[in-house]
Amino acid sequence: MSKAQPALQILTANRLADGAVVYLTAVGTWATEIGQSVVAREEKAASALLARGQNDAATAVVVGPYLIAALEGAEGPRAASLREQIRAAGPSQPVADAVATAVGLAYP
Amino acid sequence: MYRYDEYDRTFVAERVAQFRDQVRRRLAGELTEDEFRALRLMNGLYLQLHAYMLRVAIPYGTLSSRQLRMLAHIARRYDRGFGHFTTRQNIQYNWIKLDEAPDLLADLAAVEMHGLQTSGNCIRNVTADHWAGVAPDEIEDPRIWCEIIRQWSTLHPEFSFLPRKFKVAVTGAPNDRAAVKVHDIGIRMHRNEAGEVGFEIIVGGGLGRTPMIGKTIRPFLPKRHLLSYLEAILRVYNEFGRRDNLFKSRIKILVHEIGAAEMTRRVEEEWALIRGGALDLPIETIAAIAAQFTPPPYASQPEGVAEIDALRFGEPGFARWLKTNVAAHREPGYAIVTLSLKPEGGPPGDASAAQMDAVADLADRHSFGEIRVTHEQNLILPDVPRVALPALWRALTALNLATPNAGKVTDLICCPGLDYCSLANARSIPVSQRLTLRFNDLARVHDIGDLKIKMSGCINACGHHHVGHIGLLGVDKGGEEFYQITLGGSAESDASLGAILGPAVSSAAVVDAVETIVDTYLAERRTGERFLDTYRRVGAEPFKERLYAAA
Repeated sequence: MSKAQPALQILTANRLADGAVVYLTAVGTWATEIGQSVVAREEKAASALLARGQNDAATAVVVGPYLIAALEGAEGPRAASLREQIRAAGPSQPVADAVATAVGLAYP
Repeated sequence: MYRYDEYDRTFVAERVAQFRDQVRRRLAGELTEDEFRALRLMNGLYLQLHAYMLRVAIPYGTLSSRQLRMLAHIARRYDRGFGHFTTRQNIQYNWIKLDEAPDLLADLAAVEMHGLQTSGNCIRNVTADHWAGVAPDEIEDPRIWCEIIRQWSTLHPEFSFLPRKFKVAVTGAPNDRAAVKVHDIGIRMHRNEAGEVGFEIIVGGGLGRTPMIGKTIRPFLPKRHLLSYLEAILRVYNEFGRRDNLFKSRIKILVHEIGAAEMTRRVEEEWALIRGGALDLPIETIAAIAAQFTPPPYASQPEGVAEIDALRFGEPGFARWLKTNVAAHREPGYAIVTLSLKPEGGPPGDASAAQMDAVADLADRHSFGEIRVTHEQNLILPDVPRVALPALWRALTALNLATPNAGKVTDLICCPGLDYCSLANARSIPVSQRLTLRFNDLARVHDIGDLKIKMSGCINACGHHHVGHIGLLGVDKGGEEFYQITLGGSAESDASLGAILGPAVSSAAVVDAVETIVDTYLAERRTGERFLDTYRRVGAEPFKERLYAAA
């Protein structure tokens, strides 16, 4: 990423009760869609997001909040790194049930 | 197979109840994550890339059909309909909800299973030769000793906080199918000159960022001393293993730093203090455990099976399957059958709930209700009458579990990689899928012959890349996935570590690179040579020249 671009950041965590990957939204809730993330455009705003996340971690809402680099897209922010793209969208290949379905196995 | 006694049952039930209360307190905010993490890990519950991941132990790789049906139920009820069999004879579920985990563990406990010793710095789930009890070359069933080690190590107060995790593997056969030389302790049963059966004790093997082949510190240990000797090794490790540096904390580093001779001296010195004591194994104790592993009631089977002979000539698929996935059994008229979890284009080691249920049914019909899980991420039906092979092959074909590739180029082992794992630097499953699609001509696969590709998505080496004939290690180069190639590794009796061939190749180039390496072998090989034999004879140069010539 070139240095001229502002570094956009969003806050992610896992929801405590079910472990789902979640993102902090502009209204302070946690969404499972990365596109609904609130974007921090400078460090001070990013620190505020992290503080908010740490508060929700302390009150047993989420686990392990951390900031990630984001890019702006047509459908809202998206993750910059491959790791976070996979985290946001799920595994990048068909899972076993898809393979089983492909060979005609009933998938309950 | 081993069945829980009252002590085991009570202990596992108490752990489920204890964990249920811990989860309740965590959800209520009474426990912080820092306080809770170690508690959930002691029950096999990790927080992974996507969600909580549960690792369930399959002790020494043996499952009953009832247990496999429960694993299917768990995939369906608590996860997304499939599970992933790992290189540690475990199964992992990737999307477990914390608030459902206690119910899940109670379901597992109902079939005598759990996630204990699948995480943390303790003695982990003990692994064994997946052909235990049925292999023709076997001296004695290693699972008897795995179970004895399990009973000694579970909740061992002295060894619950070791410097690092500790893995033990046992083989009862001269041909090592349990990779004993790359474990913290490898145990190999053999006969001494007097004809007595005992153990060779190998210490300090391992993979990860500092791969090492284990060193033999005692060539022959009489059976009754097994636990006191293991206790002596663990005591030496517990005292001298490094706790100041995570990357130097495994016993392999200790053995490497002080040398095998000094390690032997320290272990023998410790052992002298405790041998013949409370850990001495009475013959009756060994016999009582051994009685739990008595062979099933084999029946006399016909010598030749006309249908097999007919199919062998009429159905190339059956002929190939018979050659690679069906192995000789110690009992006449029976066979060991490998169910390939490496279908063309499939994620290695994954099985759907429907497949697990169907395999459990097939085990009941054809294999005395028993299934094995291999560290090479396949399933095995250990006791199949040869007369049932045609019917079994048809059933497995319908389940996409009859790919005739056991031990061949597409039978690759592969960690979950960046698709599932927080530690990974690169994906491994999609590369393995592309490899199985590239090598999808079964005649060619059989011509290439025995070839083990092992792939890891990071330096921790869960995919055993150091001991692959061809090893692939995913690395991150400036945000791009690259793959480092090693050649010449082996995890078997002739264990060796692979050597890096040259610069890492891009994701786009890695499948072509593997094909170039395979083609080089085909051009160089002499009659009867496996890939590894050719590599050991000609060295890396011809492979290097062909692969990097264009660059």
